Amino acid sequence: MKGVITIKEPRCKGCGICAAFCPKKVLAVSELSKIFVQNPEACIACGQCEMRCPDYAIFVDKEE
Amino acid sequence: MERSFETYFRQNRLPHLWCPGCGNGIAMKAIVQAIEKEGLTQDNTVIVSGIGCSSRASGYMDFDTLHTAHGRAIPFATGVKLANPELNVIVITGDGDCTAIGGNHFIHGCRRNVDLTVVLFDNNIYGMTGGQASPMTPTGKKATTAPYGAVDRPFNACDLAGAAGATYVARSTAFHVKHLADMIAGGIRNKGFSFIEAIVQCPTAYGRKNKMGDPARMMAWMRDNAVMKAAWDKLPEEEKHGEKFPIGLFKQEEGVTYDVAYEKVIEIAGGAKK
Repeated sequence: MKGVITIKEPRCKGCGICAAFCPKKVLAVSELSKIFVQNPEACIACGQCEMRCPDYAIFVDKEE
Repeated sequence: MERSFETYFRQNRLPHLWCPGCGNGIAMKAIVQAIEKEGLTQDNTVIVSGIGCSSRASGYMDFDTLHTAHGRAIPFATGVKLANPELNVIVITGDGDCTAIGGNHFIHGCRRNVDLTVVLFDNNIYGMTGGQASPMTPTGKKATTAPYGAVDRPFNACDLAGAAGATYVARSTAFHVKHLADMIAGGIRNKGFSFIEAIVQCPTAYGRKNKMGDPARMMAWMRDNAVMKAAWDKLPEEEKHGEKFPIGLFKQEEGVTYDVAYEKVIEIAGGAKK
């Protein structure tokens, strides 16, 4: 199962919760305090990041 | 990537002003997911909040909302409910708002069993005003008004609500998002005063002062210390120590709600003029 990650960047405050709870280390926080996808191939579409994002800035859909 | 919960937010108000990593956003999403799950509409639901970080939530939620005086969310909500018992009234409050400034309103709302769903965002501190100790700051934890650690013993808001007569009492955390939404949904279903304590992280005022690390570490603390009620009940007393705390549904019972009781009074007195 692979995931497609969408980031609404204006909403992201770079708290790093999604990156910390990602079981596959897909995400990282940039120098400008925004989340970015550093390893898209590893995403398993578990949705942990989306579930705990306090700013509704990240969304994961299963690849069709 | 369209999400149905987005329709319950005022899109022109987002992003919200809460600090990076604040748990209030997670709890606010859990509320709208519970509302969606229970099939409430934007027209028959009213959100009432008091003052504080938590209470900013009413400004972001696309319902009929009421941002009231400090500690007074429950009296305003009681008025809304009595004026129109058809409405679903949800109160959003914080630990300072609900248990300090609004402490009396809180216990009397419980006692009267007003049909409200009260969600308390418990961040253990007064965040907005600069990190003062609240009645739910644990003993020994630091705050700007408690530089050597809080001397007072904290309230257990769930015990308080249950003892005062609330008919539904539950607790969950920002880490246990689905569980939190389920607990709130149960509170919406319950006819009577429903109280849900949502433990949220305040990385800016509380976490930093108490060296709890970044927001993710504060959420990991919730994961490591929250114990589901069924498991908590089986724990021997000597293991219920330190920072461990129970989450889950603590109390649910039937009771006459205030609007039904008041309707009877109107009837006895000869009925209201239509």
